[in-house]
Amino acid sequence: MSTKVKSNAFLVAISAVILGLIAGGLLMMAIGSNPFEGFYYLFRGGLMSMERVGNTIATAITLMLVGLSVAFAFKTGLFNIGASGQMLIGGLAATLVAHYVFLPRVIYIPVIILAAFAAGALWGVIPGFLKAKFNVHEVVATIMMNWIAYWSIYYFIPAYLKGPSLETESRSIAIEQSLRSDWLTDFFGGGYINLGIFVAVVAVIVVKYVLDKTTLGFELKAVGSNRFCAEYAGIKVNRNVIISMMIAGGLAGLAGMTFYTGYSRNIQIGVLPSMGFDGIAVALLGASNPIGVFFSALFFGLLQSGKGFMNAMTDVPPEIADTIIATIIYFTATSVLFSRFWDKVGKRKKERNDARTAKAEAQESDHE
Amino acid sequence: MSHVIEMLNIRKEFPGIVANDDITLQVEKGEIHAILGENGAGKSTLMSILFGLYHPDRGIIKVKGKEVKITNPNDANDLGIGMVHQHFQLVQNFTVTENIILGKESHFILDRKSAAKKIKALSEQYGLKIDPNSVIEDITVGMQQRVEILKMLYRDAEILIFDEPTAVLTPQEIEELMQIMRNLVKEGKSIILITHKLDEIKAVASRCTIIRRGKMIGIVDVATTSQAEMASMMVGRPVSFKVEKGEVEVGSPVLEISHLNVLNVKKYFAVKDFSLTVSRGEIVGIAGVDGNGQSELVEAITGLRPIESGTLTFNGKDMTHYSIRERNEAGIGHIPEDRQKRGLVMESSISDNMVIKEYYREPFSKNGVLRQQVIDKHAEEICEAFDVRSGEGIFSHAGKLSGGNQQKAIVGREMVLEPDLIIAVQPTRGLDVGAIEYIHKRLVEHRNKGKAVLLVSFELDEIFNLSDRIAVMNSGELIDVVYTQQTNEDQVGLMMAGVKSKEASV
Repeated sequence: MSTKVKSNAFLVAISAVILGLIAGGLLMMAIGSNPFEGFYYLFRGGLMSMERVGNTIATAITLMLVGLSVAFAFKTGLFNIGASGQMLIGGLAATLVAHYVFLPRVIYIPVIILAAFAAGALWGVIPGFLKAKFNVHEVVATIMMNWIAYWSIYYFIPAYLKGPSLETESRSIAIEQSLRSDWLTDFFGGGYINLGIFVAVVAVIVVKYVLDKTTLGFELKAVGSNRFCAEYAGIKVNRNVIISMMIAGGLAGLAGMTFYTGYSRNIQIGVLPSMGFDGIAVALLGASNPIGVFFSALFFGLLQSGKGFMNAMTDVPPEIADTIIATIIYFTATSVLFSRFWDKVGKRKKERNDARTAKAEAQESDHE
Repeated sequence: MSHVIEMLNIRKEFPGIVANDDITLQVEKGEIHAILGENGAGKSTLMSILFGLYHPDRGIIKVKGKEVKITNPNDANDLGIGMVHQHFQLVQNFTVTENIILGKESHFILDRKSAAKKIKALSEQYGLKIDPNSVIEDITVGMQQRVEILKMLYRDAEILIFDEPTAVLTPQEIEELMQIMRNLVKEGKSIILITHKLDEIKAVASRCTIIRRGKMIGIVDVATTSQAEMASMMVGRPVSFKVEKGEVEVGSPVLEISHLNVLNVKKYFAVKDFSLTVSRGEIVGIAGVDGNGQSELVEAITGLRPIESGTLTFNGKDMTHYSIRERNEAGIGHIPEDRQKRGLVMESSISDNMVIKEYYREPFSKNGVLRQQVIDKHAEEICEAFDVRSGEGIFSHAGKLSGGNQQKAIVGREMVLEPDLIIAVQPTRGLDVGAIEYIHKRLVEHRNKGKAVLLVSFELDEIFNLSDRIAVMNSGELIDVVYTQQTNEDQVGLMMAGVKSKEASV
């Protein structure tokens, strides 16, 4: 059964992507542009040089971690809409470490990872606790936490981390203290690529392992699928809600780290990172499966990083790329239609095969 | 005699399972034709094919002698086939008339009056006693079912399919439904009755097609066939309706409930000053009408609901403040009232469901890492020992199993732990005789091993069949505890209504 469901989710995702691209093409035609040209430059913008590939990956890293965060909470039946706030706080913690903690690289990297994870986890655990203890809906609580993070940053950055010229962003982190790495930068010939790529890949593997192979994952999924049965079986439902939100927050915190100390090297005030919401799309398209999240993040990363080039080379506005993303989400959300469609195709194929074998058998018996 | 419906050599396969294997069903005009089979035997699949919800892989369907293709329920309606589903499809805040004409409005402007008149006439013709102007949410479940029947009659259905129609009815309503069915055939309608209740078939049906594991076993004339014969055809072996139960010596107390008070959701006392002892080697049945505090009592014992006051002692130890897991580990097994809500995680595999209470312990996991092979093997053993059948074995999602197999899986999971006490709440609800017999046998075996069973059931038959002692509950209070051999159904029935046993025995 499980293999069938998986392949189905894959087909659904592919169908949604293709239909999304077609819809985007139609839109380009509607505004009088050539869709083939548009897509050519969109993908070329993300892939034409090593540097651009590196930038695509750098964008995907953050999306991947946010997607994992949303997917993880979702497995426990929780909707983490607060990844943006968790990113900000995780990013702030990482930025503070980058400014004030000086250690050998091998120790420094784990420290900054831990700091970002812990800060994001704190931002996630508060809504988790409110949900567990007072049954406050996590969607409401996480949205509120987003704004608390937003305004805290708004105050904190100008007050304590003010840049030399601009009031609206923190001062830049030294390259050596960021997640950028010489050999990676050299390999890709510059750009935003950073060590976050390893953080994201390891996170995908660890989350997959935790969900599939550990007792913790077993509990989290049981609570997510049927909390009444979980309770009956002696699983502490509330504890798992808190743990789930804590880990989800931590993952989003890591996303903030890769974004603010890897992709960029400062934090702007007055911006709630939109990637926190894009992560919901990543998780949705990836069917909340870590491997699915990995690929859908790469795909969305490609669209995000190519849209600027498309805009520069053609008269297609970058909003078209966002429209494609939105359309894909729309098609993913209506995935029931696709799974029905693919079920039918599968069935028809089987029937045809059955008929063929039946015919062959009949012929064989005729010969006898 | 002419056949109104013929389904010839129907075959339908689902992944891993042949739901219908060369089944032929022929229904004569003006008869009540029963289809008897265990849960999962393929009755519902066959009817879904007739109703156009599934398409058969092979076989043909004839209506009134003419071959037809039914691709959706509308086709079925057009051919005069109507179905009363187990779950009614009615709009709660609409009137009877509005529900009946829903989807059949002939003009843009509703002509409620003439519709109501036609409905009233139909209702009188078949003895349904329905007021076309009452609102659905105000009428009883039995009446709602009649609205469903009227809906079909209004659409001129000639062939009516009843899918387990009595599952939701009280005994009196069942009696009335039987009468309505007789009226319907008297007026020339034909009825297909899907059920696994033998006494209902005996009461109304003229012929009965018996299906077992997707195959047709035979067609019998109901009048000349005994219930035992039909049951053994259905199950494939002789079935005994009485549970064999030897004498077992009653041992030390396992569960002692003392002056227990429990609040329900609405913060009223659902269990009041309740005291009861269950000992090794006995089955104690809790008899009572549904909603008299049984659920709250069980939830309090298993730790799912907090208690207000009183104590619970298990094997001599105070367990009043134990967590749910501590109670499980101490040796309480629980077959929950609602197997879909509490008993299983529907979208998880059988394999995972079988260790849901034990996954954290060796050998199923070590240092927080699951050992899937051990888990799968455990599930295979349970399915083997408890005859759990499913399309894809232990990898099937629990939700894909039939009700009976779900229940057997739960019973198996609880039994293999060999708990000192099993609390079984409505353990055979909605199951067929084969599965009921099986589960009853297992519960008695458990008692024979010197362990205890606390049985909660709303079916007096079940209580009397299994229990050594009967505790009667009425509005949260224990009315009395009596030995099964020293009482009878009338006396317990009176106590269920709140009459104390001394008065009842007079």
